[in-house]
Amino acid sequence: MASRPRTLYEKIWDAHVVETRDDGTALIYIDRHLVHEVTSPQAFEALKVAGRPVRRPELTLAVPDHNLPTTARLDAKGAPVPIADPESAAQLAALEVNAPAYGIRYIPATAKEQGIVHVVGPEQGFSLPGTTIVCGDSHTACHGGLGALAFGIGTSEVEHVLATQTLLLQQSKPMEVRVEGDLGPGISAKDLILHIIGTIGAAGGSGYVIEYRGRVFEAMTLEERLTVCNMSIEAGARAGLIAPDDVTFAYLKGRPMAPKGAEWDAAVAYWRTLHSDQGAVFAKSVTINAADVEPSVTWGTSPEDVVAIGGRVPSPDDFADESKRVAAQKSLDYMGLVPGTPMTEVPIENVFIGSCTNSRIEDLRAAAAVLKGRHKAANVRWAIVVPGSGLVKEQAEEEGLDKVFIDAGFEWREPGCSACLGMNPDKVPPGERCASTSNRNFVGRQGPGARTHLVSPAMAAAAAVTGRLADVRELV
Amino acid sequence: MQPLTRVEGRAIPLGLKNVDTDIIIPAKWLKTISREGLGAGAFEALRAEPGNVIDDPDYAGATLLIAGDNFGCGSSREHAAWALGDMGIRVVIAPSFSDIFSGNAVKNGILPVVLPQDAVDRLLEVAREGVAITVDLESQTVTTPYQDRFTFTIDPFRRECLLGGLDEVGLTMARGEAIGGFEASRTAAQPWLMRGTEAA
Ligand code: SF4
Repeated sequence: MASRPRTLYEKIWDAHVVETRDDGTALIYIDRHLVHEVTSPQAFEALKVAGRPVRRPELTLAVPDHNLPTTARLDAKGAPVPIADPESAAQLAALEVNAPAYGIRYIPATAKEQGIVHVVGPEQGFSLPGTTIVCGDSHTACHGGLGALAFGIGTSEVEHVLATQTLLLQQSKPMEVRVEGDLGPGISAKDLILHIIGTIGAAGGSGYVIEYRGRVFEAMTLEERLTVCNMSIEAGARAGLIAPDDVTFAYLKGRPMAPKGAEWDAAVAYWRTLHSDQGAVFAKSVTINAADVEPSVTWGTSPEDVVAIGGRVPSPDDFADESKRVAAQKSLDYMGLVPGTPMTEVPIENVFIGSCTNSRIEDLRAAAAVLKGRHKAANVRWAIVVPGSGLVKEQAEEEGLDKVFIDAGFEWREPGCSACLGMNPDKVPPGERCASTSNRNFVGRQGPGARTHLVSPAMAAAAAVTGRLADVRELV
Repeated sequence: MQPLTRVEGRAIPLGLKNVDTDIIIPAKWLKTISREGLGAGAFEALRAEPGNVIDDPDYAGATLLIAGDNFGCGSSREHAAWALGDMGIRVVIAPSFSDIFSGNAVKNGILPVVLPQDAVDRLLEVAREGVAITVDLESQTVTTPYQDRFTFTIDPFRRECLLGGLDEVGLTMARGEAIGGFEASRTAAQPWLMRGTEAA
């Protein structure tokens, strides 16, 4: 087996096969499991009913994030503020009980280590290169930025992993997204991944695990790589990967749960073998020219509905395929957009900076750099920043970024998923638009009737300042 | 889990492409700690439109749903499968499914049937007449009263689980020894991999 050149995906897969069934299904060992309050209660309940233990509690980390309110978590006396919504409160209470009952490390809502699962995993050094990482959230692909095979699972699979530390899986096919050349000035990782999804389509990666290759990715910071891999699922891929390198190792070194001492050296030596071999074969390969990437925005209700900020709202007639025309018309109706309108003339009433795609410190710095000394436009009714974790929040406050946001008219919130999915009180009102750094522009995603335009953090800041979608390069 | 061998019934001709799990069950319905009762929230936004296909009395009691490409894309929420099951749906037919959704469906006794677009188009036509469509998992066929007959393929393990109503967790727990062996060799060779949260 060692003689055949393998892709990075195949190397990680091969290292995790416990056994293969006659029908080709493999029992795959899971190294790291992240659990949050929304997709786990039914899994713990099923374990309890069947009297099953958790096989390896130390390989699971639990943290609430999805429906936590992002308003103050402690009152003036330092006591926890109860969650007003009884159902959200019940989900949080269930996790608070279930995690310790099964010996699973739990980060409480009030700890500064709390945050969005996909921000916390890398930040704590829990997520490591070459590992298999799962979580009951489809943006688990995020951890692929560390060179981990990471993917979202459903609640029955959460139960399966808790009970057996494995999953029964069919191998996906390796796909290469190769980016040639370099990104232009002011073009972010988010612009690139939106452009990639716009090019290959929301189902372009279906059945595949994508490896992002090219010097653009090598030049990226680790946080930018997380942003890219995060959205792999929006291209339909099971997971996304970027080969680990010195940037990855420097990021992880000294993190609380990362290996230490001699084990660190052994780990790094192993991680250095994790790259696609010369001559490894990808089942599908797409090449993107970095020079073609402009600041990207979405106009519709699928993440593939991407256009450059200098472009215009498309017309359904622009699409060759009938079902796409129908879908485009539906999207335009929902979004309240007229074909041919320049994207820079689309007014914005709400701005959301947050989510596991773009809520890390570099994202906040990028947005703050645009906002410094400026204020949100009069028509921007609601603008919030939701840091990805308490540690990100603390770091940002040390750098004075919170002041920049507040002076610009933003609200500075506690960490969580927030308006990424509109499960907590942070919602965009019906019929209003939101320039959002999250990952999904689905119908109703940010609240019933909400109209989402996906953008990078700097572009979200530009939208806040101008009150419309705007090219951030004209502001800096 | 309820075994599934043969389903005969009316089908909801949804037909839409890229039906994401936010459409199947919006986020506000995820705040439950139970698997039951989610049918009430299924396709909530769609059902708010007058004359929508889901509530059309012609398809009342449907056990099948027919959709376009990429059904179940988006969020990994298993609530989508629970909601469909709670509505009484046992089979979804589409040209393609998201990986996560089809896995979730099977684990909840719902059969995802992949057929080429022209076959799906024909079944949509038949479904719109309100007549029953038959899906037989044993013979892997979809048939109509008009002599249409389409065969489909399915992963053999999934087929076995559905036919037998098998519990995957129990099946894998029976492989505990193999898993233990794998863990032991990793602990010896790469102990840091097995430390997880205990490394801190
Ligand atoms: S921020 Fe959004 S995508 Fe990320 S984990 Fe939370 S809900 Fe999922």
